[in-house]
Amino acid sequence: MGNTGHGETFLFWVGSIISILGALGLIFSKKIVHAALCLCTVMLCLAFFYMAQGAVFLGVVQIVVYTGAVMMLFLFVLMLIGIESQDSLVETIRGQRWLAVPFVLAFGFVLIGVYAHANLPEFVGTDAANAKGGGNVQSLALLLFSRYFWAFEVSSAVLITSATGAMVLTHRERTVPRKSQREISIERFERWGKGEKVSLTGLPNPGVYAQHNAVDTPALLPDGSPSEASVNATLRGRDTVRGFRPLPLPGARRNGAAVASRGDAGNEEVSQ
Amino acid sequence: MNPDNYLYLSAILFTLGALGVLIRRNAIVVFMCIELMLNAANLAFVTFSRMHGALDGQVIAFFTMVVAAAEVVVGLAIIISVFRTRRSASVDDANLLKY
Repeated sequence: MGNTGHGETFLFWVGSIISILGALGLIFSKKIVHAALCLCTVMLCLAFFYMAQGAVFLGVVQIVVYTGAVMMLFLFVLMLIGIESQDSLVETIRGQRWLAVPFVLAFGFVLIGVYAHANLPEFVGTDAANAKGGGNVQSLALLLFSRYFWAFEVSSAVLITSATGAMVLTHRERTVPRKSQREISIERFERWGKGEKVSLTGLPNPGVYAQHNAVDTPALLPDGSPSEASVNATLRGRDTVRGFRPLPLPGARRNGAAVASRGDAGNEEVSQ
Repeated sequence: MNPDNYLYLSAILFTLGALGVLIRRNAIVVFMCIELMLNAANLAFVTFSRMHGALDGQVIAFFTMVVAAAEVVVGLAIIISVFRTRRSASVDDANLLKY
């Protein structure tokens, strides 16, 4: 079984190009969410490769565990600690990035050279091994619960330990009692009484319009200018606040133009 | 096509993952690159399993996935707790043990 069929050849070349592009995207994309999407692409391609190579169970597990659970966890943590956190360009070790490229390239060439020079045996294929137990899943189960029984037990211990560890690491003991809404309000009025600039009523909601109805659209103040405070500070920091362009008022061409120009000025203010 | 090409692909993916670990500074991206390296190793395991006609390689890849899942859970918890104290997800900022 020296060669694969035409279908698998086609799958391999398409999938390998996509997965290498995905890996490059993972390394070089600026936004972390894009990097996560690229990694998802690579993992899906690998799942197809597993299935093409007779490891059907592993292919399904790859999709369920990696692209399902693990990437979900990554995106969840991204959401928690902020998407806007950019890579710092300061190098702690000087010239590390530029040195890393030739070293990694050399490593890759060594790895490929080892494969190229290794005396690899002819491919046997997994069909016979799969058929022995009556299917891929059954054969894997036979191995897992006989030869690899001990490793299987230990892996369950690893999973329990990691779940406990995650809970311990992210747990935070509350040292002061949680403030009630009433206490927060009283505190706010006290600060206002001392002359601090506090909004007593709470911050305004984002705008609700026929065109956009989203948290990144600022509400309009009575004079027509967008309100900074109505948009989440994270969105303002990430500079993704949607501008608002008011529609021209019917029957008032001159005033409408004035309103529009004022609206544009407001947009610039928001986007800054 | 010779099925050896899967091995070359896994070598290339592993190398790209290593490159990402070395040149990126964001802890989450570094972590994702490590996942890429683990996946590349899994691909090699599955290919070797097919080469030898034995399912042991697939069982090992399965265990790799289990360990990777555990590692992701603990690693992301560490990243979150570092972020809470240092307000940064950069791997260079967590350097208190140095002093």
